[in-house]
Amino acid sequence: MTTDGAEVLSKTVTQDEAAILDAWNAALREGTSLQSGRIREAELQTQVKAVFGQLRDALASGGLDADAVGFASLRETLADISRSRAIQGFTPTDTANFVFSLKEPIFEALKRASGTDATSLAAGIWAAGKVLDRLGLQTMEVFLASREEVIGRQGQEIAELSTPVVRLWDGILALPLIGTLDSARTGVVMENLLQAIVDEEAEIAIIDITGVPTVDTLVAQHLLKTVAAARLMGADCIVSGIRPQIAQTMVHLGVELNVVSKANLADAFAVALRRTGRKVVRQQAAVEERR
Amino acid sequence: MTVTKTETLPVRSGDDVVRVRQRVRALAVEIGLGLVDQTKIVTAASELARNTLDYGGGGDVLLEIVHAGMRKGLRLTFEDQGPGITDIEQAMTDCFTTGRGMGLGLGGAKRLSNEFHI
Repeated sequence: MTTDGAEVLSKTVTQDEAAILDAWNAALREGTSLQSGRIREAELQTQVKAVFGQLRDALASGGLDADAVGFASLRETLADISRSRAIQGFTPTDTANFVFSLKEPIFEALKRASGTDATSLAAGIWAAGKVLDRLGLQTMEVFLASREEVIGRQGQEIAELSTPVVRLWDGILALPLIGTLDSARTGVVMENLLQAIVDEEAEIAIIDITGVPTVDTLVAQHLLKTVAAARLMGADCIVSGIRPQIAQTMVHLGVELNVVSKANLADAFAVALRRTGRKVVRQQAAVEERR
Repeated sequence: MTVTKTETLPVRSGDDVVRVRQRVRALAVEIGLGLVDQTKIVTAASELARNTLDYGGGGDVLLEIVHAGMRKGLRLTFEDQGPGITDIEQAMTDCFTTGRGMGLGLGGAKRLSNEFHI
């Protein structure tokens, strides 16, 4: 009997393949990944077979170093699986368990193969633990990297979506601002607004800051610059959506907004209509007026 | 005056300023400040965090919940290893700035707080 862990492990995995595969499939079935309905059993079994086959080949090629060349194709397969799981919305536990649930079947098989030879059993278990732990960790690393990719993409999408300029009426634009106004975003906001003023031949632009949680001096400065630039283009600005607590804070800060401002967008729109010589009236009243 | 809760946050990037604001708001809600006082301290924190970042080259902020008798409060300590302020009185003057801001940050933050020391 040999006491080289790698050899014991490789031999057991090759000889006891069917039993290990059955036990691994059973362990995965008991896990939560199937119950969540994100993956079909047939698909899971294909993955199990592919991973196990590559693990067997990698172990046969010698060595326990999961970062070595012999394990390259296995690492690829696991990375693919882990990446697709991150995108499908699996929990980290489910993803890691895919690898870690292979431990028990292999330990059992080692026990069967070693019989009473405790030295070879210990060596085999240590070898299996070393390889599987490393593979599990690699799986998690890929999983996290894929998650971060998703988050980064969402961040970009939010940045692109967050600054619309909407036309309320002929010559009246509204710019609802939402979220934190940093320098990069205010640049985009100003650009969009100025372009829209040209395109729509707008006379009045309403900047609504209801969705801006904190108005500090930097935000105020950005607002004032935007207003000044719009003025140069021939459009007047009205700032709306200044909540009472924001108004108090701005007074304490000593910021003076030298622009027409209104508490809400509706009031600002009414002002804009009046300035452009329009008025909104009830239908009934309009009919009576005409008589 | 007793301190019941402390935490430290880094101020090293624009994102950190946002995080400081969110944390300060959460603590202000926790000690039961009204909406106006919440907004005041969050705005003051935002001013000082940005000063720490822009003029101090980044640093840390220490957030503390303090009790004095029945009163509860929030103490924020911003610390950086920047070049320092040569003339504090001048820096506190409104509309004075060495950068490109409005020059209202320090003075404004003082007016938004109950106690303020540099």
